[in-house]
Amino acid sequence: MSFDVDVERRIGNADIACRFSAEGGLTVLFGPSGAGKTSTLNMIAGLLRPDRGRIVVDGHILFDSASGIDVAVEKRRVGYVFQDPRLFPHKTVAANLLYGRRDNADTSEFDRIIDILGIGHLMERWPRTLSGGEARRVAIGRALLSDPAFLLLDEPLSSLDRPRREEIMVLIERMRDELGLPILMVTHDSEEANRLGTRTISV
Amino acid sequence: MLSAEQWGVVALSLKIAGVAIGVTIPIAFALAYLLARGRFPGKVLVDGIVHLPLVLPPVVTGWLLLLAFAPDGPVGHVIEAVTGGTVLFRWTGAAIAAGVMALPLMVRAMRLSIESVDRRLEQAARTLGAGPGRVFRTITLPLSVPGILAGAVLGFARGLGEFGATITFVSNVPGETQTLPLAIYSKLQVPGSEHAVVQLALVSVALSLGALVVSELLARRAGRGFHVL
Repeated sequence: MSFDVDVERRIGNADIACRFSAEGGLTVLFGPSGAGKTSTLNMIAGLLRPDRGRIVVDGHILFDSASGIDVAVEKRRVGYVFQDPRLFPHKTVAANLLYGRRDNADTSEFDRIIDILGIGHLMERWPRTLSGGEARRVAIGRALLSDPAFLLLDEPLSSLDRPRREEIMVLIERMRDELGLPILMVTHDSEEANRLGTRTISV
Repeated sequence: MLSAEQWGVVALSLKIAGVAIGVTIPIAFALAYLLARGRFPGKVLVDGIVHLPLVLPPVVTGWLLLLAFAPDGPVGHVIEAVTGGTVLFRWTGAAIAAGVMALPLMVRAMRLSIESVDRRLEQAARTLGAGPGRVFRTITLPLSVPGILAGAVLGFARGLGEFGATITFVSNVPGETQTLPLAIYSKLQVPGSEHAVVQLALVSVALSLGALVVSELLARRAGRGFHVL
């Protein structure tokens, strides 16, 4: 139940270096825009290759430049909720939710997650017809249903109005307290960081 | 109304263009994907060669095809060894000419459509446990379908109108390689055939316009400001 991250990567003229260790619960990566928070998440997810470093989650080595380990994105069992929902536009909400589902997954888990998120009534809808808050919840559901070993949340509350923010915040608190997955969340909002984070790491 | 002979010309044209495009679709898509996503030395050259039939005088393309597919040519030699036949003066040769001439237009439409697929969706699919093959099958390919269809219809229209490369490559054999444009050309040589010319020309206009409109409508369905026309 832990993150152990030490990565370096040069993007353009900027050097991104991030180093932290965190036990279970929800860890907030806090800092101004452009500090490399999203890049760090991308490196942990395997979408961006660090120039040097080591990423260990829950005792599993995902990346280690010293020993040449670089686990493929699809094998990292990451539940990544991107800043934009990134729902597949040619698939219904139900098909989006089931995209990452494993064959042996049990249906009670599916029902429970759909229930927590309150998206049962959206199943037949197309992503373009969803509101921002609905799309965000579906994106969270899609990530959770892929049976992830850990969660990455990139500014999950951005571009939502007040009531929606509150709704998603309550949801994140439930995920933190009920699912038992290590969560790494990026934000630049100190209020969010204080309320949701088990601990906060400034970048 | 059209005579039985004229219907025969229309049917032959549709068969040649249809077979040509059917065979060319996977080739065009592979090239489009390579040009949209690939990074390799000589990419500009591949791009140039694909586009060559678009700018080369069709008679030169036809002549090059003739050199390649002649019984002692590099490709014709192989075809004769394998099938014992030739594509010269045959409808299969006309289909090859139509496919080659349609290729650049098809690659262009498909490439635009592949380039407009949001890479971030593919990344999202990867994080959900899909390997590169599944991402291609379930995300990239379906999102490129409007462009593939638009390219196919556009290529079909181009194939129907093929003249210069065809007549140079496989000549003008009634019932075998005499497609609509070639039939119109032949009728123009015969005094008193104006009526037949008008009829065949109208069929040409109707088929080509129909294909263009269908292709544009398919492209618009893809959204994101994607156009063929």
